[in-house]
Amino acid sequence: MSQQENGPVMRPWLDPDAVPFIRIRNITKKFGAFTAVNNVTLDIYHNELFCLLGGSGCGKSTLLRMLSGFEQPTDGSIEIDGQDMAGMSPCDRPTNMMFQSYALFPHMSVEKNIAYGLKRDRLPRGEIADRVAEILKLVQLEEYGTRKPAQLSGGQRQRVALARSLVKKPKVLLLDEPLGALDKKLREETQFELVNIQETLGVTFIVVTHDQEEAMSISTRIGVMDQGKIIQVGEPREIYEFPQSRFVADFIGSVNMFEGQVIKDTQSKVVIHCPDAQMDIEVSHGVSCASAQKVAFAIRPEKIQMSRTKPKKALNLTRGVVQEIAYLGNLSIYHVVLDSGKAVRVTRPNLERADEHAVTWEDRVYLYWDGTAGVVLNT
Amino acid sequence: MSMQAHIAEPGRAGKWVRTVSGWFAGRGRTLVIAIPMLWLLLFFLVPFLVVGKISLSEAAIARPPYLPIWNFEDGILTLSLNLGNFQFLAEDSLYFNAYVQSLQIAFFSTILALLIGYPMAYVIARAPARLRNLLLMLVILPFWTSFLLRIYAWIGILKTNGVINNILLSLGIIHEPLVMMQTNFAVYVGIVYTYLPFMILPLYSTLVKLDESLFEAAADLGARPLTIFLSVTLPLSVPGIIAGSMLVFIPVVGEFVTPELLGGPDTLMIGRQLWTEFFANRDWPVASAVAIVMLIVLVLPVMLLQRTQPDEAGG
Amino acid sequence: MQRKSRLVLIAAILGFIFLYAPMVSLVIFSFNKSKLVTVWGGFSTKWYGELFQNAQILNAAGLSLRIAVISASLALVIGTIAAFVLVRFGRFRGRNLLTGMITSPLVMPDVIIGLSLLLMFVAMQNLIGWPNRGMTTIIIAHATFGAAYVAVVVQSRLRDMDLSVEEAAADLGAGAVRVFFDITLPIISPALISGWLLSFTLSMDDLVITSFVSGPGSSTLPMVIFSKVRLGVSPDINALATIIILIVSVGVIGAALAMRKKDMPHG
Ligand SMILES: Nc1ncnc2c1ncn2[C@@H]1O[C@H](COP(=O)(O)OP(=O)(O)OP(=O)(O)O)[C@@H](O)[C@H]1O
Ligand SMILES: [Mg+2]
Repeated sequence: MSQQENGPVMRPWLDPDAVPFIRIRNITKKFGAFTAVNNVTLDIYHNELFCLLGGSGCGKSTLLRMLSGFEQPTDGSIEIDGQDMAGMSPCDRPTNMMFQSYALFPHMSVEKNIAYGLKRDRLPRGEIADRVAEILKLVQLEEYGTRKPAQLSGGQRQRVALARSLVKKPKVLLLDEPLGALDKKLREETQFELVNIQETLGVTFIVVTHDQEEAMSISTRIGVMDQGKIIQVGEPREIYEFPQSRFVADFIGSVNMFEGQVIKDTQSKVVIHCPDAQMDIEVSHGVSCASAQKVAFAIRPEKIQMSRTKPKKALNLTRGVVQEIAYLGNLSIYHVVLDSGKAVRVTRPNLERADEHAVTWEDRVYLYWDGTAGVVLNT
Repeated sequence: MSMQAHIAEPGRAGKWVRTVSGWFAGRGRTLVIAIPMLWLLLFFLVPFLVVGKISLSEAAIARPPYLPIWNFEDGILTLSLNLGNFQFLAEDSLYFNAYVQSLQIAFFSTILALLIGYPMAYVIARAPARLRNLLLMLVILPFWTSFLLRIYAWIGILKTNGVINNILLSLGIIHEPLVMMQTNFAVYVGIVYTYLPFMILPLYSTLVKLDESLFEAAADLGARPLTIFLSVTLPLSVPGIIAGSMLVFIPVVGEFVTPELLGGPDTLMIGRQLWTEFFANRDWPVASAVAIVMLIVLVLPVMLLQRTQPDEAGG
Repeated sequence: MQRKSRLVLIAAILGFIFLYAPMVSLVIFSFNKSKLVTVWGGFSTKWYGELFQNAQILNAAGLSLRIAVISASLALVIGTIAAFVLVRFGRFRGRNLLTGMITSPLVMPDVIIGLSLLLMFVAMQNLIGWPNRGMTTIIIAHATFGAAYVAVVVQSRLRDMDLSVEEAAADLGAGAVRVFFDITLPIISPALISGWLLSFTLSMDDLVITSFVSGPGSSTLPMVIFSKVRLGVSPDINALATIIILIVSVGVIGAALAMRKKDMPHG
């Protein structure tokens, strides 16, 4: 919405005439009386790396399993590349899945595991061998072809699983928490590998994760799920900077939330009366809501300015005492308690190695921000 | 193995390991080991040596009914080893046939039990967790009831005026009762019936450990149910198949009760032969020789085979 | 796909019918008035009455029970020690020998165990005048194979056990013996119970080994049943079978319910 780095060619979701590659329409899955996926409608475009993000048990895996054909939807339809998936068994679908547990066949070597899907297509032997070798090279496991899964490290296993699901060149690759079992460092490296592979092969990826950083860093778009519903779909930046609900604002990154009441609502600005913040917060964009409605003002910790001296010009200004500082290396987190008792989280980058003028414990500080720093949420 | 686990933990826990090994060190430790060791030596291993010794002696009408193999008279030790019993076994085709038939019956019973047990184990393993325990209980329950009485039940079913014949006759399907008792057919039925739980349980415990996602992965890669079964399920259930087959095959080779109660006079099985030799003919040396041959020819190979299997628990 | 899985299901159901049909027929014909066991002659419970007047069977059952209780308890002690030694003692001389001896009875044909033990008892009797063939020798024999089953069950439980629990107790100041009785024993107690029950049942059930090692006047229940069954079917055996099936069913179902109750709080 805001960024203009690449045009609508690379971002088909901005183009109203673009034809979605995967069309999910009103899909619902019930297990008995429990609704795991609730009336989800979603379009995913060719070549996307789409992330499904949400808390544990919100229905991400269930949605993925309906795409791959392991669960039959209670209601709704799925279309991939113009083809209706209803009643089609997993072995006939143009999708492949990378399982959360990898599901490598323990009795087969790495090569055999990877060749398994190709053999089911009855490809000639020579071609199978070529394609296995090719994909092994892509995932950098050339020397490990004859090993059994048990003789590999976690990261290597993960790459075998990826290779096995990729080698059939599916139209859609579904990945259920592909990096869940890896440690942080390996995870970050693999994230880039995953993006590289996706770009090289031009396969549409749908990745399930509950790690929001991972979702932010690899995806073209993110769908945030809660209790079986998709709450918001958008590019990472959009989701982060323009959350449409309290849930999304709170779930992605950290946020300071001020409850208040709209007291002025014009075309170009809104004023919210917030006793918590000890002021009337002014936001320089309109919201569509009734006057006097209860809303929340959400602002990210890094968007709040902080100083010991009173700033000359500040649209929104309040005061508090620094109670706690957490030093994280690249930045520090400050817990500032306002005079109203409300705790506010502020982050500042540590730009200098030894800053003598830095704000410290028990300092009385001013917090301020301008009219575009936060968003107003009414749901 | 447990020691390593201990040593890996630093701190006070490590100290405790030393306390334990201290308490169990030296005499205490030896004493604890000695209890099962002596018991088994005395009542398991040494008896085999005794059997070996008696298989080399001559039968006699005496108490006990055999002659000692060594004699100590006038300061001269005479050792008379008698290989006649083994020679007897080798020459009498009855024993050879009994060995062969035992192997044959054990082999085909194992196959039959596998064919019947596999689908059962599979269905139990794939059943919803709630139902699974109930089904498992249904498999185990017959095992807790009397083995002898379960064989007995088949007499009532298979005999000339038994349940099957009565039903078939009254339905008019047959006009003459079928002869099923005292045939090898009855022996197979009885053996497969009594040993079925021993096949199902190890199969079940292998199958239940297989992760559902393996099958899903295979389906996802384009495999159809039959291919999934042949390329994933079956190879991965091999340990269970081997364990179950061992549990059926070995005891069946030495089976006595079933051929005795359900089989005919021509159902020659080696366990039954040994019994006859011992109880009817009172020929202890020949019975011992039968046991020794059985041990060497039938039991040891299987035990060695089992040894070469990777030891699951030892990892 | 549907059809194939239904085929498997049908095969499994037939399997269960195969397992239970004989037991059902045993029970049904125990209430048969006719002496011809398998020809229905009307409902009657007279065979139960006859069974409870059969002194031979009652005595044999009593003897079997006594033997089973004593031998299972003995097996429990020997088997548990063996399991503990094998799992926790690390390396010691004779470890392989002990492993071999404790597992062999599981795969050894009964006739061989029976014969070898009898010959051993006879030899011992000649040498030291002990033991006399009868209850003692039967108990020794049953305890020996029972110990093998106990050892297998207890071993696997000990292996699965989380060692850090013991270490935590030690860390809180318990000595090695205390730890064993306070922590290890309660944790492995389900295995001890099932091991005991297993050897109890096997003892109650054994015919072959018992026939070899028993002496005159000590006929166990399976021996009496066997001699009766050899002569053909007889309705009071059906009554006996029904009672055994009833006891076992109540026991197994009761145990299952007890276990379910125990699991309940965890969900
Ligand atoms: N086969 C099933 N039967 C009954 N309930 C199920 C079944 N599969 C999933 N559920 C329920 O549906 C809900 C969604 O499950 P799902 O596996 O899709 O969650 P998820 O978003 O993938 O969570 P996680 O991040 O923990 O993997 C859960 O509450 C789960 O308990
Ligand atoms: Mg999931």
